[in-house]
Amino acid sequence: MKHLLSTKDLDRDTAVGILDVAEDMADVATREMKKLPTLRGKTVINLFFEDSTRTRTSFEVAAKRLSADLINFTAKGSSVSKGEGLKDTAQTLAAMGADAVVVRHSASGAAQVLAESKWIDASILNAGDGTHEHPTQALLDAFTMRKRLHGEASRGRDLAGLRVTIVGDILHSRVARSNVWLLNTLGASVNLVAPATLLPSNTTGWPVTIGYDLDESIDADPDVVMMLRIQAERMHAAFFPNPREYSRQWGLDDERLSRLRPDTMVMHPGPMVRGLEISAGAADSSRSTVLEQVANGVSVRMAVLYLLLAGAAES
Amino acid sequence: MIVITGATLPDGTSSDLAIEGGRFVDVAGKGAGSRVIDATGLVVLPGLVDLHTHLREPGFEQSETVLTGSRAAAAGGFTAVHAMANTSPVADTAGVVEQVQSLGDQHGYVTVRPVGAVTVGLGGERLSEIGAMAGSRARVRVFSDDGKCVSDALLMRRALEYVKTFGGVIAQHSQEPRLTEDAQMNEGAVSAELGLAGWPAVAEESIIARDVLLAQHVGARLHVCHVSTAGSVDVVRWAKARGIHVTAEVTPHHLLLTDELARSYDSRYKVNPPLRRDEDVQALRVALADGTIDIVATDHAPHPAESKQCAWDEASFGMVGLESALSIVQLAMVDTGLIGWADVASILSRKPAEIGRLAGYDAAFVPGSPANLTLYDATVSHVFGLEDLRGKGTNSPYLGRELPGRVIATIHNGYPTVLEGELVDAAEVALAAQAARSSREMSQA
Amino acid sequence: MTARTVLQPADITRALTRISHEILESNREWLDTVVLGIPTRGVVLAQRIGATMVSAADLPIAVGSLDVTMYRDDLARNPTRAPGRTAVPAGGIDGKLVILVDDVLYSGRTIRAALDALSAIGRPRYVRLATLVDRGHRELPIRPDFVGKNLPTTEGERINVRLLEIDGVEEVTIES
Repeated sequence: MKHLLSTKDLDRDTAVGILDVAEDMADVATREMKKLPTLRGKTVINLFFEDSTRTRTSFEVAAKRLSADLINFTAKGSSVSKGEGLKDTAQTLAAMGADAVVVRHSASGAAQVLAESKWIDASILNAGDGTHEHPTQALLDAFTMRKRLHGEASRGRDLAGLRVTIVGDILHSRVARSNVWLLNTLGASVNLVAPATLLPSNTTGWPVTIGYDLDESIDADPDVVMMLRIQAERMHAAFFPNPREYSRQWGLDDERLSRLRPDTMVMHPGPMVRGLEISAGAADSSRSTVLEQVANGVSVRMAVLYLLLAGAAES
Repeated sequence: MIVITGATLPDGTSSDLAIEGGRFVDVAGKGAGSRVIDATGLVVLPGLVDLHTHLREPGFEQSETVLTGSRAAAAGGFTAVHAMANTSPVADTAGVVEQVQSLGDQHGYVTVRPVGAVTVGLGGERLSEIGAMAGSRARVRVFSDDGKCVSDALLMRRALEYVKTFGGVIAQHSQEPRLTEDAQMNEGAVSAELGLAGWPAVAEESIIARDVLLAQHVGARLHVCHVSTAGSVDVVRWAKARGIHVTAEVTPHHLLLTDELARSYDSRYKVNPPLRRDEDVQALRVALADGTIDIVATDHAPHPAESKQCAWDEASFGMVGLESALSIVQLAMVDTGLIGWADVASILSRKPAEIGRLAGYDAAFVPGSPANLTLYDATVSHVFGLEDLRGKGTNSPYLGRELPGRVIATIHNGYPTVLEGELVDAAEVALAAQAARSSREMSQA
Repeated sequence: MTARTVLQPADITRALTRISHEILESNREWLDTVVLGIPTRGVVLAQRIGATMVSAADLPIAVGSLDVTMYRDDLARNPTRAPGRTAVPAGGIDGKLVILVDDVLYSGRTIRAALDALSAIGRPRYVRLATLVDRGHRELPIRPDFVGKNLPTTEGERINVRLLEIDGVEEVTIES
């Protein structure tokens, strides 16, 4: 694997392989000595054109646990101006000898543009591109689901038969897109629930069922309910009348929570807006996987860095 | 004196042509002391006329100049282009349009016809000095805010009415602005997957529907720029059936390329209006063949390399198209059997000239009419490359594609601008243009 | 390419039994013992050695596996490999006698990586090395404590260890 740009182009065995390596990485995290010498001498650059302390830190911890040299290159607000940012920065990083670039960018496709450009030869790891994809988030979500389902016996298994409901701003969510493809590849079935304004107008080719009614989806007894964040800028653009109405129709409140099975997983990619898309009770319940997701994020990102960087360059 | 022998005319017949004093003359007895061009096996077309070109000068000379854009046009077989108004300063006064026209005259590769802005500074708020531009030496007849839509319905109505006074036309860039805020590509299955903000077909179709009804109401002439959807075709067809004076253009790229190309996130495919679905491409081809769409116009939109070497969202909209237009029309329309060369002559020369009220293109090859023509070899094909681009822009979606056809020669007002597939030297063309101007003035005096 | 069988199933069993007894005899301090196999075939050998030891002595003997992939110094020279499993017995390795088990000892680089991997897990009292085959050509100052069979080889030759549990057959062959 040279780059990780999207989950759409991962096949089942590759995806399960990444999750299995992540299991090994998770084992390392339980040891007193959490560091592996594997990527000694490799340079990983966190190239963030968009703020995201969580994702950046998660990659930072992952790279450091593998003994890579990690450099944070925050392009936002620096001399990088709109329009010329990607190319100039990529060439600079190439000149510095980066082996991998973890890129977060507000423009969809930015990671793919970097990977296909002649500007830089490094492995490109998409850490979120606009409203397109966020593949490591989907991988850590899948890892979390698999771990809850199969525990110690997770290795080698996929998510066949699992029923996942994803709720919220599908239209603008890179997390949703990456999850739709990966969950489908791993054998799970996906149900999307949102107001019609927050769904793409044309989802031909998406392997999902779509609904507008969260209560209906909850009564269908899903194995996983994944709540997406509602971003502040959507509230002023007529996607829905006001936060109160959204919360009432599409929020996971205590009443809806109580109708879920005790072992139904409640997931959220974070950061959560408690009281809007998810109630405090739901976020903190034993069904919630939110903190596991954070811990698993490091393991999954270690696995991806290992698979991209450890081996000889593929020709 | 130039004599062209053995060329195949658009109607399929073969004939020799003779040119003298900037005009076609009777070929009988000509030959001695002439430059003879053997055009056996070539198609001779009337000089091509582009109703939609961005020459960028004044203001954006890093993208294109009147000279470089004129050379690109000549290389593509054009002898006249209409230069869009979105320059800096905007072509919204007589001064700017006269400047652009005289630059075109000086360089001489093509006739440059400035398009005037409909509203001041393309601001969409107040009408620009339309009458002054129409009455200027540039005699502007086409007015457009292209790049922006005249979205205010009342302003559009007034503009349509106002240009009736001197037989002008409003060329509308049909794009409902609110429906296309931040839009990046066609809204559909591909945009949903790529996470790029959608530019819905309805944003184009709703403006066209409104404008044809306005044109009907005030009895004015409307021209619809770069029609890109099957729905727009339906609206235009309906309007024509009702006798509304509407004409429409389609770009070469909308006749060939689809939004699937955006999957590469290669911003060479980012254009406004965006590339649409295959169904739209097919509908546009049919509409061009049956006359619903009147003409092909390039929407040649050069950009400096840096505005395309970036993420899709950050890239500029637009493609260069002058050099490849005829090849794409051959590929999409002629080679598919939808139209013949006589139709090509009509949609790329006679009709765009008629819409732009450009004289001299109504009786091609007839002795006495201005000698504008292009010799085209439709039998060859080659991989389109950077060396085929003669303007400043390299943002062509066809680089690396196998394209049919090659322009062998272009003759503008009786003098060659392209010979043996190569542009004639700029100084030589400028001198020839000057000579042609003075002989015209002498004959008028 | 010709292959020659150098160990038959009975030879392998005999070698492992001898190694098991040698390990027990060497454990003069009666320390708790952890037998760690290096994936893939070392793990099977460790299980067999551990089982023999348990049946022969009344000592706490635990068996596990130790993956060394992440500690190799030749990762960048080869295509990416999926790491094997590390399973350390519940009691850990601190203060214990650790027996590393591999199928073939060659350059010594795997064992170097294993020592690094081990130090990330804990601090054993002693670390000893058992191998079914020692084929020579060491590149590092490492030597085995318990050897099933010394097989002098040339560098061009290839040793194949096949075990019933993994390969369905039981043999050691030399290909040249």
